[in-house]
Amino acid sequence: MTDFASDSILVLVTVTNDGQLATSAAGLLAAATSVGTPIALVVATPEQAVGAAAEAARLGATTVIVVEDARVSSVLSVPIVDALCLAWDLMNPDAVLIANSIEGRDVAGRVAARRRSSLAADAVGVSRDDEGVLVHHSVYGGSYDILSATSTGSIVVTVRMGAITAHAEPQPLVIERLRHAPSNKSAATIESFTPAPAQSSRPELRGAATVVSGGRGLGSLANFALVEQLADSLGAAIGASRAAVDAGYVQQSCQVGQTGVSVSPQLYIALGISGAIQHRAGMQTAKTIVAINKDADAPIFDIADFGVVGDVFTVVPQLIEALEAKKKQ
Amino acid sequence: MKIIVLMKEVPDTYGERKLDPETGIADRAASDAVLDEINERALEFALAHADRNPDTEVVVLTMAPDSATASLRKGLAMGAHSAVHIADPAIVGADYGVTAEVLSAAITRLGFDLVIAGNQSTDGASGILPAMIAETLDLPQLTNLTEISLDDSIVRGTRATDEGVMTVSAALPAVISVTEALAEARFPSFKGILAAKKKPYEMISLSDLNITIDDLSVPRSILIAVAEKPPRQAGVKVDDQGDAGQLIAEFLISNLLA
Ligand SMILES: Cc1cc2nc3c(=O)[nH]c(=O)nc-3n(C[C@H](O)[C@H](O)[C@H](O)COP(=O)(O)OP(=O)(O)OC[C@H]3O[C@@H](n4cnc5c(N)ncnc54)[C@H](O)[C@@H]3O)c2cc1C
Ligand SMILES: Cc1cc2nc3c(=O)[nH]c(=O)nc-3n(C[C@H](O)[C@H](O)[C@H](O)COP(=O)(O)OP(=O)(O)OC[C@H]3O[C@@H](n4cnc5c(N)ncnc54)[C@H](O)[C@@H]3O)c2cc1C
Repeated sequence: MTDFASDSILVLVTVTNDGQLATSAAGLLAAATSVGTPIALVVATPEQAVGAAAEAARLGATTVIVVEDARVSSVLSVPIVDALCLAWDLMNPDAVLIANSIEGRDVAGRVAARRRSSLAADAVGVSRDDEGVLVHHSVYGGSYDILSATSTGSIVVTVRMGAITAHAEPQPLVIERLRHAPSNKSAATIESFTPAPAQSSRPELRGAATVVSGGRGLGSLANFALVEQLADSLGAAIGASRAAVDAGYVQQSCQVGQTGVSVSPQLYIALGISGAIQHRAGMQTAKTIVAINKDADAPIFDIADFGVVGDVFTVVPQLIEALEAKKKQ
Repeated sequence: MKIIVLMKEVPDTYGERKLDPETGIADRAASDAVLDEINERALEFALAHADRNPDTEVVVLTMAPDSATASLRKGLAMGAHSAVHIADPAIVGADYGVTAEVLSAAITRLGFDLVIAGNQSTDGASGILPAMIAETLDLPQLTNLTEISLDDSIVRGTRATDEGVMTVSAALPAVISVTEALAEARFPSFKGILAAKKKPYEMISLSDLNITIDDLSVPRSILIAVAEKPPRQAGVKVDDQGDAGQLIAEFLISNLLA
């Protein structure tokens, strides 16, 4: 049995339905590498485990703990929590890093409750001082930076997806297999699962360098295509306001803001979005903000680096044309 | 059926929200406090179920300072049957562990078939508590539901995750959390507001729950530093004179953004 380093950081990497690692794995392993020895945990069906483990090593895990458990596709969260606790007991990690995804939150909450450990949510970074691991948060829509830690013991951390763009060096594959040990805690049954349609060629919203978002000002589902055209011209991800989501122009996973995704891209372009405070909470940490709105008093202009008072249906086509002309030069 | 709806009072997201620069704890005096919108939607689901099934009892439960009474009473005015309010000076600035322990103890004391929470609060925003409570009480958790069907013995729902959409189910008792895909809440009627004054409103403290939280050997989340960031400044704003698309393109290109 491997001896684990005293500065072990346990990283839960998520295996998706098709056996790949979720895109969050790279950032989690990079964060772990920056504060200790990164140990990945793969919980998967026997068919998927080895491929996923190899990928985790390529993304920087010095050891990959593999727990094969066919229940992962039929029992919600608990099989993963059981495996995580098993791995935890092997190494007493300084921290456990888990993606702040919907699945990740449930696992993190259960693990912290079972182990009675501290939990730090929605981290945008981790660091270390003499006393242990420090967790960086950006709260209230980026208005405050907070640093937190645990008073004692290991800390469970959920890490904001897309917040850490660094990559760790690939490591040789070292697998440690553990037999699963079900806790028999009550769990929900997964009756069916429909994977989200395969990612288009567009970048993912979380972590994208450029985001083009559309709001109610687009007026209709058909008109929302204008947002997509500009996004494709810039190689950008697509975002939206809650009003655009509610109106059915675009799926909920594109919602930026308080109750949607928080993004910090290099460039954020807001089209027909008023800039309600709950929308700004999800995008005001963008490096550069461009806004087009026909209302000169729209609050989005208070935070825009470049604002145009105008109609999206005339300004955006001209912008796309100018960008395409530049590409041809 | 007995349904407990977990209600959190939060700073109104329409206003500016502040943290105390010393403690990092939410500065409750700096902004108006409101019931979190997602909890009103959760309550709406419970009340709609009660409208169809008159033997349903709906209890609203919060852990919050004394001042949250008005918010919780709004839940009664909307139609909840009773309210339980845990207030204790010892839980100011409570972390997830304390919050989950205290709410779990209160839930057990009340008895229940179903616990409904919001998927995520608008202030702490961790989305952690429903799973922590489920683990503490050894219950199944069905989080982030966009649709729910509920009968006397089973809860089933559609769960939107980052990877896709799943159908999940569990026998009651269970903990669920709901998303803003659920219907908006009803407004309290005038009759409801009057009726709320006569409904049971119980204030309890940690000693009523037999909980002490001063054991230093239990890990707690601690705040090391808090820094307010300067507000963002407005840049240039131009009226479209027919060339704004061109101007934006030049701005992007000169800043190496396109
Ligand atoms: C608890 C809570 C959570 C919330 N969470 C979120 C969230 O996560 N994300 C979010 O976005 N919102 C959220 N909201 C909603 C938020 O308050 C606003 O209602 C929403 O952001 C408005 O979206 P919008 O800007 O698209 O629509 P509107 O406010 O209706 O603005 C549309 C804008 O389009 C402009 N316009 C119209 N036609 C044109 C045209 N042809 N050319 C140019 N401009 C045009 C108008 O001038 C207007 O400014 C939340 C609210 C609450 C209470
Ligand atoms: C900006 C900020 C950052 C914080 N960061 C941390 C941290 O890193 N670590 C830490 O341990 N604590 C932290 N806290 C404290 C934490 O927010 C509280 O413990 C809080 O009561 C629960 O967390 P949440 O709001 O994230 O809940 P969520 O899990 O997001 O809430 C989901 C649902 O649980 C229910 N619920 C939550 N709280 C209550 C309540 N008090 N009463 C009734 N129902 C409730 C509601 O139905 C709510 O919709 C933070 C608080 C704030 C304001």
